[in-house]
Amino acid sequence: MSKHKHKKTEAFDFNGGWDYSPSPESTGHVKLKERYDLYIDGEFVAPNSGKYFQTTNPATEKVLAEVAHADESDVDKAVKAARKAYENVWSKLSAKERGKYIYRIARLMQEKARELAVVETLDAGKTIRESRDVDVPLACNHFFYYAGWADKLEYAFPNRNVSALGVTGQIIPWNFPLLMAAWKIAPALAAGNTVVLKPAETTPLTAMLLAEIIHESGLPAGVVNILTGYGDTGAAIVNHPDINKIAFTGSTNVGKIIQKAVAGTGKKLTLELGGKSANIIFEDAPIDQAVEGIVNGIFFNQGHVCCAGSRLFVQESVADEVIQKLKDRLDTLYVGDPLDKNTDIGAINSKEQLETIRKYIKIGKDEGASMYESSCELPKKGYFVRPTLFTDVAQSSRIAQEEIFGPVLTIQTFRTIDEVIQKANNSPYGLAAGVWTDKGSRIFNMTSKLRAGVIWANTYNKFDPTSPFGGYKESGFGREGGLQGLGAYLKIER
Amino acid sequence: MNRNKTFKNIPDFKLSPTVDKVGVEERVARFQTRSIKNESKVQGLKLVLNMIDLTTLEGKDTPGKVRQLCYKAQHLHDLQEGLPTVAAICVYPTMVAEAKKALGNSGIKVASVSTAFPSGQSTMEIKLLDTKFAVDNGADEIDMVISRGKFLSGDYNFVFDEIAAIKEACGKARLKVIFETGELASLDQVRRASDIAMYAGADFIKTSTGKIQPAATMQVTYTMLCAIKDFYRKTGVKVGMKPAGGISSSKLALHNLVMVKETLGNEWLNNEWFRFGASSLANDVLMQLVKQETGHYQSADYFSID
Repeated sequence: MSKHKHKKTEAFDFNGGWDYSPSPESTGHVKLKERYDLYIDGEFVAPNSGKYFQTTNPATEKVLAEVAHADESDVDKAVKAARKAYENVWSKLSAKERGKYIYRIARLMQEKARELAVVETLDAGKTIRESRDVDVPLACNHFFYYAGWADKLEYAFPNRNVSALGVTGQIIPWNFPLLMAAWKIAPALAAGNTVVLKPAETTPLTAMLLAEIIHESGLPAGVVNILTGYGDTGAAIVNHPDINKIAFTGSTNVGKIIQKAVAGTGKKLTLELGGKSANIIFEDAPIDQAVEGIVNGIFFNQGHVCCAGSRLFVQESVADEVIQKLKDRLDTLYVGDPLDKNTDIGAINSKEQLETIRKYIKIGKDEGASMYESSCELPKKGYFVRPTLFTDVAQSSRIAQEEIFGPVLTIQTFRTIDEVIQKANNSPYGLAAGVWTDKGSRIFNMTSKLRAGVIWANTYNKFDPTSPFGGYKESGFGREGGLQGLGAYLKIER
Repeated sequence: MNRNKTFKNIPDFKLSPTVDKVGVEERVARFQTRSIKNESKVQGLKLVLNMIDLTTLEGKDTPGKVRQLCYKAQHLHDLQEGLPTVAAICVYPTMVAEAKKALGNSGIKVASVSTAFPSGQSTMEIKLLDTKFAVDNGADEIDMVISRGKFLSGDYNFVFDEIAAIKEACGKARLKVIFETGELASLDQVRRASDIAMYAGADFIKTSTGKIQPAATMQVTYTMLCAIKDFYRKTGVKVGMKPAGGISSSKLALHNLVMVKETLGNEWLNNEWFRFGASSLANDVLMQLVKQETGHYQSADYFSID
């Protein structure tokens, strides 16, 4: 039946009629401070420079709070505190006790889950549905998972001698602020290291709430230090001579700079960078579920996902049907107030990112691709983009090659399996891929031929603390999550 | 035009699209996280009431019982103003004449099950007579069951022809085709049954008889809504949907409306194209409506049982 062409009929009416009333999550229980200081050596301290910067809500463009801007001297203070804590306290503590602290952090996060979710939504623009159902629970689960490994390291890597690295410097992005902090801090602590972490400048608030939670947990002073700031703060961490390992998640450009900076210093490095991941639909796929998977793959978190399924490949025999269904589905998405529980797509994280996305949409149009955007209305204030599709796209189109990091999907068609494997791998990136087919053997064939760190079959964007995550080529190296993510924070010897 | 027809040019039903259960469960979970409050809830609940096929299908049904049910259908809760009536009364063929008389010119339809409901284990001849009897007694709608045995043994032509024959016997009555999805076991089969029924002339497709569990799960209903959507795209003909059995709470009914709205759009959000087959749903909806107005839940004793 999939071979039948669509007859042109009147479109389905998804506007008006019975509709949901606004259902905003209350913010009354959240008390943000006017100003957040640096968390160094178990204390909240003002930055040496006395400088602060503002963080805003991208959905309203209103200022939420002021945040300290750490400079080189603050970083030095934090690294010294982390070194002292490593030498004198953390490395002396029994592994079982270390684990207890990590469990305690996880439990405190769960207790404050609602507050964390609301603040994440306010600061990052992501929908409350996602921060409540994905970001915060997953962040807690990372702490729970790695807490369990803390006293079992020798069983994690049998017949090897494992030891902590020392002081780790961690720099995280703005797309999953709290979750990325959890990805970094939890395995580092479980492996016995101390931490200096810098959140992104547009989304520092949940990291500071996490600092408060860590403080409340009674974790020994200096084991975790959290410093807010801009790129210069990150550079100071990367270049500090007394750091043993750098873990970075962010753009490929910055990743390259970091790799150059640490070359020859003996610092261990893991990079989790950009992507332009392929989502591949075969003609025998369960089409309605595949369409859901495409929507989840690219519009999850407004497309601010390094592994977003931004390049869609559809087998030609079902291309018309898939594209038609995608368009229908786009018109049922709710775009707007991220705090509303019914919102599917929230605000773009920052003005700068909004401009990048608009630039790419213009490039797509200039390249002659056909554009389709959701018919939804956008709020007057705040940074929003309609979910957008481009068809008539070629491998040579820039919008199919470069990471847009927004709710923009490019659609290409293919005829044979060899062709799609070649096209999917024909990218400087290699972070993730999705395969949609009813045929099990084809899934296994594809997983061995696609050069991507994560391959999802008949689903997309599924994350779990037990599963390693990371990329090939310009998507970075090293793995986070699972045993592999634990190993990245350990010296493993025979 | 709210009538389907039997198609001459039909696809190979062995090639009906496949359905991924895990994906369907995920989509259904999303519908269930929609938050429906205040005015939206009141409107939705009234819509639900107006979509109910108030049902009694028991061996012990009598004209007296049917008369009471028909009164309830027209007077859901007289203390509450501005309530709609239900869409239809659903009874056995022998009760159709009584129901028709009791409902008079209220506008409420009489639906009759037929074709040796609920098992469908009878001859074609008897099934046709069963249907004609109901239609002759004034049934506005016929709820037939498919031959699940034939379907599961792969005799799709038999199932198609049977539906087409009953469709003819229905005359002006609208035909609802019941799959008894609890016996079909997989969503792939639900999808295939939907395709067969729609091409054979079903005006509505319906999940269950209410006699077998599981009945109208959201997963099954969603799979059927997707089939209706594809059929409409291909033929331009609208087909209605009736989940029946197991929907007894307002919350679940509202989630069903969300699912219809986001899958087929607003044109299906009325009782011409969407029905609930239910016996105990109405009182729960009434209780919720009163709560929305007064802020308090009343005990079940304040809502009549018929």
